[in-house]
Amino acid sequence: MNIIEQLEMEQMRLDIPDFRAGDTIKVHAKIKEGDKERIQVFQGVVIKKTKGLASARFTVRKISGGVGVERIFPLNSPAIDKIEVVSYGRVRRSRIYYLRNLRGKAARIKERRIS
Amino acid sequence: MCNGILGKKIGMTNVFSPDGRLVPVTVVQAGPCYVTQIKSEKNEGYNALQLGFGEKPLSKVNRPSAGHFSKSGSTAFTTLKEFHVENLEGYELGQPLRIDMFKVGEKVSVSGISKGRGFAGTVKRHGFSRGPETHGCRNHRKPGSVGCSAWPARIVKGKKMPGHMGVDRKTVKNLEIIDIRPEQNLLLIKGPVPGPKTGILEIVRTGRK
Repeated sequence: MNIIEQLEMEQMRLDIPDFRAGDTIKVHAKIKEGDKERIQVFQGVVIKKTKGLASARFTVRKISGGVGVERIFPLNSPAIDKIEVVSYGRVRRSRIYYLRNLRGKAARIKERRIS
Repeated sequence: MCNGILGKKIGMTNVFSPDGRLVPVTVVQAGPCYVTQIKSEKNEGYNALQLGFGEKPLSKVNRPSAGHFSKSGSTAFTTLKEFHVENLEGYELGQPLRIDMFKVGEKVSVSGISKGRGFAGTVKRHGFSRGPETHGCRNHRKPGSVGCSAWPARIVKGKKMPGHMGVDRKTVKNLEIIDIRPEQNLLLIKGPVPGPKTGILEIVRTGRK
């Protein structure tokens, strides 16, 4: 195995659940304030997931106070305490950017059945 | 104490810092380097160590080089570089120098031969601004006027013009060492360094002392 691949494999986390675009997840992110650490939960729809070893990322979108908020997390970041999958959604695209133009009822996503 | 070591660029990747940030790093396979010659104040007028990197059988080099290498050991090296040292005590011919001389968090300067760009224009080579690409404009990447008129009737020396770019020795200073892996001889240095993958690099601790 080449050295770069090996370095990236070492940093990968194995405790991250499997999810894809369209799923609603809860990200428990560690936040440092001064020397205190607390956990902030960010719940929203995954609108994209990029491939990669250590550099894999995903974007979560939620509507907060009527304003759309998107956050990008590195998938293997040690700053993520845990990820919970709230519901699985069925979408036909891997990048659901069209969700940005939809509000309210139109922005609902069908449930995906898990076998 | 020797301040520098030779290495080979492996490539770039990201590593996570303890607080969860992704840090871009260059992976360098540095050392082990072997002392091939000790230059002293008495003989050469200054104190320095000549280090060899990249082992190669003695049968693969010409006789004058083989003679030089056989003074310090039984292998030849692809690269030889000299590093200044204040005090020669404790160094002997053939002694290996490894990356344990660096510490995590230390600042280093990295020198290497930059990638070749061939015959490059002024936009790429000197950062000139380019003209509009459309709306009837015919000046896209031209250098523009290069001089005056009847006086001085010549182009001033050192005028920035198109020409060969790259394949120069370049140094990037004050790069932080993010991680050291002595068992694999790997140095993880923050940010990019000059040259292609497999390029030979000189890594020197920043500052005189």
